Amino acid sequence: MSWSSVIIAGILTYLTRTTMITLVDRRVLSTKLIQVLGYVPAAVFPAIIFPAIFFNDYGNLVEVTNPKIFGALVAITVGYLSRNIIATIFSGLISYWVIIFLL
Amino acid sequence: MLSKSEIFKKGLLDVAPHMLSVIPFGIICGAIGVEMGFSPYLVYAMSIIIFGGASQIVFLQLLSGGASSLIAVTSVGVINSRHLLYGAVLSEYLEKLNLLKKLIISYFVVDQGFAESNKFFKKNKNQRNLHYHLLGTGITLWVCWQISTILGIILGTFIPDELGLKFAVPLTFIAILVNELRKIDHVIVIFVSGISSLLFFEAPLKSYIIISPLIALFAASLVLRFKK
Repeated sequence: MSWSSVIIAGILTYLTRTTMITLVDRRVLSTKLIQVLGYVPAAVFPAIIFPAIFFNDYGNLVEVTNPKIFGALVAITVGYLSRNIIATIFSGLISYWVIIFLL
Repeated sequence: MLSKSEIFKKGLLDVAPHMLSVIPFGIICGAIGVEMGFSPYLVYAMSIIIFGGASQIVFLQLLSGGASSLIAVTSVGVINSRHLLYGAVLSEYLEKLNLLKKLIISYFVVDQGFAESNKFFKKNKNQRNLHYHLLGTGITLWVCWQISTILGIILGTFIPDELGLKFAVPLTFIAILVNELRKIDHVIVIFVSGISSLLFFEAPLKSYIIISPLIALFAASLVLRFKK
């Protein structure tokens, strides 16, 4: 089950990579579509980020004081100011650990 | 004129600073996979078969959360559809290659490699064998990704559950997205997607992971209309 879906996901991913290089003339993509594709990261990743922060393991909304919300805010601030990916991830993790283990 | 190996090396060096983010990301990807209870072989095979960090993590997260394989596979397709954009941009420089070379080089098109090779291509339009730069960035990232996921799989079996490593997943995606907060149109799309995902979280089969990006892309096309 999982193996076959990994293989299908792999084929699909490879097709996204190769389609425009080998199969399709790039001029068939309208400029509008190319512009919209530029928003794909902004459209996809929040759908992972928001539920992971605002819901607990049982699918209920967490309280405003939840350490995950605090950790995410720290990470966003550090990331915005530093433009550094590692600093972003670790500032968030460490502030989260400080709250759950020390406070 | 630079030689093929000089161009390849240039690619390797240009992409080297990205190792700092790719390696921890790979470690997280491997560690999360085994923490979620997937077989280490499956988690590792994804790094060869899919070779796309964000989509690998989402895929595992959806399957472990009880999503159907159809939803998991579709969301990998949606996430990776950005490669269509990269391919469209790169195809201009790869036109002269034969089919086999095009098929091989496509496998190595990834975010950071695209960013660096595209910069190089723009500056060196008249060079021959430009594609060696893309091979340089792509193969370097590929090797790093393989080693770091294996490292993560090994570490993941030792990391205690109490650390809440799962929280590293949204943090990793925040790190990928945080620069887009500087552009107001992207901020709008981000909030449309995020709020939709909370509203549709209970939709059957975890379909919020497909519904929300589609709503957000619709919002993006509206935003584009207003920008003109």
